[in-house]
Amino acid sequence: MCLSIPAKIENIHGDEATVSVNGALYKAGIQMIKDAMEGEYVLLHAGFAIQKIDEKEARETLELYNEMYNLNNRNP
Amino acid sequence: MKFIDEYRDASLIGKIAQNIQTSTRSDYTFMEVCGGHTMAIHRFGLRDLLPGNIHLLSGPGCPVCVTARNFIDKAVAIAQMENTILATFGDLIRVPGSHSTLERERSKGRQIKTVFSPLDAVEMAHQNPDKTIVFLGIGFETTAPGTAIAIKMANRKNLGNFMALSAHKLMKPAMQALIHKGIKIDGYLCPGHVSTITGSAMYSDFPEKYGVACVISGFEPVDMLQSIKMMVDQLEKKQPAVEIQYSRAVKPNGNEKALEALDEVFEPTDTEWRGFGVLPKSGLKIRQAYSIHDAENRLSIPEIKSLEDKACICGEILKGLKTPIDCNLFGTACTPENPVGACMVSSEGACAALYKYQK
Ligand code: SF4
Repeated sequence: MCLSIPAKIENIHGDEATVSVNGALYKAGIQMIKDAMEGEYVLLHAGFAIQKIDEKEARETLELYNEMYNLNNRNP
Repeated sequence: MKFIDEYRDASLIGKIAQNIQTSTRSDYTFMEVCGGHTMAIHRFGLRDLLPGNIHLLSGPGCPVCVTARNFIDKAVAIAQMENTILATFGDLIRVPGSHSTLERERSKGRQIKTVFSPLDAVEMAHQNPDKTIVFLGIGFETTAPGTAIAIKMANRKNLGNFMALSAHKLMKPAMQALIHKGIKIDGYLCPGHVSTITGSAMYSDFPEKYGVACVISGFEPVDMLQSIKMMVDQLEKKQPAVEIQYSRAVKPNGNEKALEALDEVFEPTDTEWRGFGVLPKSGLKIRQAYSIHDAENRLSIPEIKSLEDKACICGEILKGLKTPIDCNLFGTACTPENPVGACMVSSEGACAALYKYQK
């Protein structure tokens, strides 16, 4: 219930998008998302996209951790 | 999958765990207030990676678990009404009420439909103009905006036969109640997806007034260990604060569009929580402007005196006072196939999560 999973926006039609999670397709209301765009990743929760996933932030966080803990940066 | 594998990187997990081992000098109790975190802790065996002086407690973060028995009893009463279809998230179907469950009512021929989205219930109202559709709204700030949007949509489409029975809840009052009850909590692992909607400011009382560390965490092992590490650092430096670890999904201001919809449709109200009783201004009630979609307002739901199951300690578990292993029924009379209490029904419940992943 509380679970929200990352899903990719495949296409948008009005207030609704088709999103994919590991190849499976779902309908998602995108009323809560500002300027949703195809190809972007969102968190899918109980039939709605609740937020975009900030890819740049995700990558930078990982880089920071890898640096902090002295690991080679193995992530793209 | 995007940012899942990367945040499960074994060598990074090992390094963070090692770092926590060396930097933790005192005894700390951290509470996770999200069912998703409870599941992740068990699933990834995170307890085994932490030093003995860090204790993890599950809190009131599983929406199905905190839903009071009286709500299930009301839902059963609605399901028994003529010409009515009850639409619900699947998790609620098996939660025991005082005398019945929705599952049992369905097997008796009552119209109870599982939906993935509140919008499916609006569609049902559109397809069945001669029937009343009642959507069971449960969940915290993550889920409530969806119900708000569904109510707005039904209103726009003039679907007076669409109603919601709201047991939506706000996270902060329960977190505060635990502190006021004097439960020892040094840090809150704050719920990532609630915070996606609310932002981070609502937690500021905890460090400022109570000295409790707060880190808003993601759900992968790297996220959660790093969040624990951040709480340890705050406390070792005696500088508790609110920090966002889950920055790829949580912004300080939250999701403004979702908050707008919430505020337009709902207002805070006193509501009952399993284990806590009634907490002031901790629930969401449908505003007057949308009362045509409020099942409490439209339907004559009988007053029901709900009976609690004395043997089930789910309420104590939700307050962090007990753990599932303190329950005599755990794994014997109470299993996910045959749940006695709500904490065993939802996969995010502390009892179900422990049962599923225990070695
Ligand atoms: S194991 Fe079952 S009966 Fe015991 S507390 Fe958990 S849900 Fe209740």
